[in-house]
Amino acid sequence: MKDITLGQYYQAESVIHRLDPRVKLVGTLLYMISLFVFNNIFCYIVAAILLAVVIALSKVPIGYMLKGMRAIMFIMIFTVIFNVFFTNGDNLVEFWIFHISKEGIRMAILMMVRLTLLIISASIMTLTTTPNRLTDGLEKLFRPLKLIKLPVHEIAMMMSIALRFIPILMEEADKIVKAQTARGARFDSKKLTERAKSLIPLIVPLFISAFRRASDLALAMEARGYHGGDGRTKLYPLKYASRDYISYAVLILYVAIIVFLGITSARIIAHLTPANSYLSLLF
Amino acid sequence: MPIIADHLTFVYGAKTPLQTTAVDDISVKIEDGQFIGLIGHTGSGKTTFLQLLSGLIKPSSGTVYINGEDIYAKDFDLHSIRGKVGIVFQYPEHQLFEETVFKDVCFGPKNMGLDQKETELKAYEALKLVGLEDEVFYQSPFDLSGGQKRRVAIAGVLSMKPQVLILDEPTAGLDPAGRKEILGLIEKLCRENKMTIILVSHSMDDVAEYVDRILVINNGKLAIDATPKEVFKHREELEEFGLSLPQVTKAMISIKESGIPVKTDAITVDEAIEEIMRVLY
Repeated sequence: MKDITLGQYYQAESVIHRLDPRVKLVGTLLYMISLFVFNNIFCYIVAAILLAVVIALSKVPIGYMLKGMRAIMFIMIFTVIFNVFFTNGDNLVEFWIFHISKEGIRMAILMMVRLTLLIISASIMTLTTTPNRLTDGLEKLFRPLKLIKLPVHEIAMMMSIALRFIPILMEEADKIVKAQTARGARFDSKKLTERAKSLIPLIVPLFISAFRRASDLALAMEARGYHGGDGRTKLYPLKYASRDYISYAVLILYVAIIVFLGITSARIIAHLTPANSYLSLLF
Repeated sequence: MPIIADHLTFVYGAKTPLQTTAVDDISVKIEDGQFIGLIGHTGSGKTTFLQLLSGLIKPSSGTVYINGEDIYAKDFDLHSIRGKVGIVFQYPEHQLFEETVFKDVCFGPKNMGLDQKETELKAYEALKLVGLEDEVFYQSPFDLSGGQKRRVAIAGVLSMKPQVLILDEPTAGLDPAGRKEILGLIEKLCRENKMTIILVSHSMDDVAEYVDRILVINNGKLAIDATPKEVFKHREELEEFGLSLPQVTKAMISIKESGIPVKTDAITVDEAIEEIMRVLY
């Protein structure tokens, strides 16, 4: 259970923490798209610089961030290996069904950089934004979708309730495990079937308690006059401050640079590197 | 089966900013057949202490000896004390999971490795002991009333025939009749079935009437360890810990303050009546 540190909110005082959640959502989305639209080294360099600046501003220790990366290391290695061995192109090395090509290596490196940037950028958002602010931001961003009858407020409310209940249910599970252990239950059986069976005394009470809590919460909300999103005001309404406008400006600038680089890079590369040099592997 | 806590300490979230010492260097010996009340206000470390005593969490330092054996020693099989030290958690009805009451009560003895016949016999005895009627045996535990559910859950622990029974606030959320019933049952288990009982509560009234010895825990430390009459002499200290005297004792104190020379060490209604009668006639 301790592995769920990936992207858990990290309390700190920083500009990034104070940014409006909408800015962070839009920013992260644009950033992710930018990583996928162009795949040349210049774009990635610019993207990495931007990310480095944001990390520095966020005051989240880099070690804390990388700790979350460990969980997805496996996927990363898997992707790299696949790309190296199974991309078609001019083969450099060949054995059995494997062949390592120039394109393969290029793809593998680019994929690795892309995945790293992607995951760090996403975790920066959740590390610096509380789940409540995040759902507030989502709700406001998606408000236009109300026009097509999408229950935006309700979806956001469900999300925040779900997030709120994760620690409560974890605590509950811990209590039930202890109670059943005291009755002689074993959760550490080696055999898979026995292990699955041993979970029944945990899962049944957990579900029942979740349903009970859900209906209690529903009653409590109604008793306090909750009737959906219409006419509901917020204790901390989202309002853009000057730092948010500046951030949007930086974002637009970033997108412009990326697009420019993406379009012109072919020509730059042609100027810079003579054909067939090893450096050209990267481009 | 005496239980000895030897300098027990438990720290939550060690080496983080949220580090708190829930149980702080508690040493205590619990003899066979004693009826012990464990008192402390919410967050005083009572529940953590219980879990340490019953081998459910590992202490940060110190250890527990049950029957002279160190239960946190590396080669000790904790599973072996499961049937012997029974623990009934707060709101134990939240741990029910089987389709029928009877099956649920069978869970404990079955885990002890008993055969079917013995398991069913023990379950039957336990259900009778808590005073449940045969007709509820094959109902779903989720269809029962709150008080009945709690009795099923307690039966689920009793069916393992523990020698030591630990109960964490067993009367929480019950009405006065239900409280009396449960407490009466617990007293019977101690006096007739010779079980060692550790009853946790923050209600002095619950505890005063039944127990032989009271342990008061405050901020993770064992603050007072004495008989009920002794404990309730420490009025100021108890109030400092956020605990109050039993209603009866408080009433006796006000009677005395109004000028009637009664002794103020009565802790049950019967004792109080006797004392008032003595003074009046």
